[in-house]
Amino acid sequence: MKERSISFILLITAFGALVALGLITYFIFQAGVPLIAKVGLWQFLAGSTWNPTAKPPAFGILPMIVGSLWLTFGSLVIGVPLGLAVAIFMVELAPAWLAVVMRPAIQLLAGIPSVIYGFIGLTLLAPVIRATLGGPGLSVLTGAIILGFMILPTIIAISEDAIRAVPIAVREGAVALGSSHWQVITGVLLPTARSGIIAGIILGMGRALGETMAVIMMIGNSLAIPVSPLQPATTLTSNIGLEMAYASGQHREALFATGVVLFVFIMILNALATTFVRRPGTSRRSA
Amino acid sequence: MTTARTQRFAFGCIWLAAVFTLAVLALVVGLIMVRGLPSLSIGFLTGTPENLGRDGGIFPTIVGTIVLGLVSLLIATPLGIGSAIYLTEYTHESLLTRAIRFGTESLAGVPSIIFGLFGFIFFVTYLQMGWSILAGGLTLALMVLPTIIRTTEEAIRTVPQSYRNVSYSLGATRWQMVTTAVLPSALPGIITGIILAFGRAVSETAAVIFTAGTALNLPKSVFSPVRTMAVHFYILAVEGISLEKAYATGAVLIVTVLIINVIASSLITRLVRKQVRR
Repeated sequence: MKERSISFILLITAFGALVALGLITYFIFQAGVPLIAKVGLWQFLAGSTWNPTAKPPAFGILPMIVGSLWLTFGSLVIGVPLGLAVAIFMVELAPAWLAVVMRPAIQLLAGIPSVIYGFIGLTLLAPVIRATLGGPGLSVLTGAIILGFMILPTIIAISEDAIRAVPIAVREGAVALGSSHWQVITGVLLPTARSGIIAGIILGMGRALGETMAVIMMIGNSLAIPVSPLQPATTLTSNIGLEMAYASGQHREALFATGVVLFVFIMILNALATTFVRRPGTSRRSA
Repeated sequence: MTTARTQRFAFGCIWLAAVFTLAVLALVVGLIMVRGLPSLSIGFLTGTPENLGRDGGIFPTIVGTIVLGLVSLLIATPLGIGSAIYLTEYTHESLLTRAIRFGTESLAGVPSIIFGLFGFIFFVTYLQMGWSILAGGLTLALMVLPTIIRTTEEAIRTVPQSYRNVSYSLGATRWQMVTTAVLPSALPGIITGIILAFGRAVSETAAVIFTAGTALNLPKSVFSPVRTMAVHFYILAVEGISLEKAYATGAVLIVTVLIINVIASSLITRLVRKQVRR
């Protein structure tokens, strides 16, 4: 009897995450969807004017969608090659003593609060960009560079797992055929680990798309659609983060509606990532 | 280029990337520490902020950070460990476990600003908790839940099957087996997960600022609003209140995160060593 009730309690706790996800979906949607319905989905997504407190108000989030896409793409340009290189380094090249240093270092990189990164972008990188490349400094480029580093740990961890998971026989086969170390890496390891690496990139993309406070600090928060990476912009997240502090009524509904759009984007990315890696949570380390 | 030269060039680039990454990490940590440490003092850690934080210390935000982190762990730990035990010891792979895993994975990918929006509309407004430790703690609990589930699951999976067999052969029930054989052996891994979850709670801003508020007073109960260190740092920097205090607060944040990471990775190292010995 006692055993059965324990098993039942455990089953209930197991549903915790799923219930949380359900609640989040329901409450975000019920707070945001009515406004999208009123404005019209196309007007909301493709409208280029955001002026929620004007009379009549304008609820177009195109500038934020463009800003988010620019920023996410830019951070991948920085984060993917660097992350992949570090992952290869840790599996293939790092001497033992350095590998021992790298692992906690990458973990620390992931552990540093995002507001600290934003602050570095704001106080250190933005002035450098303003002085060397022009523009206001607080810009898509500044945000993308810093975000590129912020998504590194995600890309490294998952790519590293994927590369390590390549069976030793596959590697030995390539060596036996006379391949150099580099040929083994590019010809055998990376292609075999491809799906895991892509999953890592997609999850990194999700992180970049979802980051908020650091982005607010770095991107200049201009509602104009950026046409160059040196210009300021606004993203889906940064606009929510900035305006939630004072929004009310329809304005607040519009921010929740923006949240709905962001949520849908993220869920699509998550679904994509899980199709590339069946179970990213329980990785090879558990075997 | 010959094969050998291509390889030398490629490996050079990879080494450069690794060194560059470490250098950036050192720069971020170093810059905040160098600029923040001079204004750090016992008085700063134990003092009350004045003039919105322009003067005085950050004591209430330290209390806020710790209390909020603990409340979220108090909620997330039993849920997360229970969930992981169920997934590993009480069931086989099925449609149900796939659904639960989907929930965990998806929850892990939800951005913190969405947690902030949800916490605001659900805990703060709908359940009328107001900006409070409770609302913030509950929001953070949901956010760190996947971390605890995953690390506990991984830790439990490293426990050798023989432990379970021996336990059963001694007549243990499933629950007795879990509590006496599996959990003690998985404990370091589980604690690592809890510590990492605390680290996430300390670092978080977007989910906290709309659920726990930004009040600078010391909290009186779980229904009081609080401001965490990360939120305080953000407000100091963005509203241009005081760069000096921002650096000092940032230094405290970095040191906290460093301590958390050192504890977590030393536990992991011990865990790995234990596995190697087997």
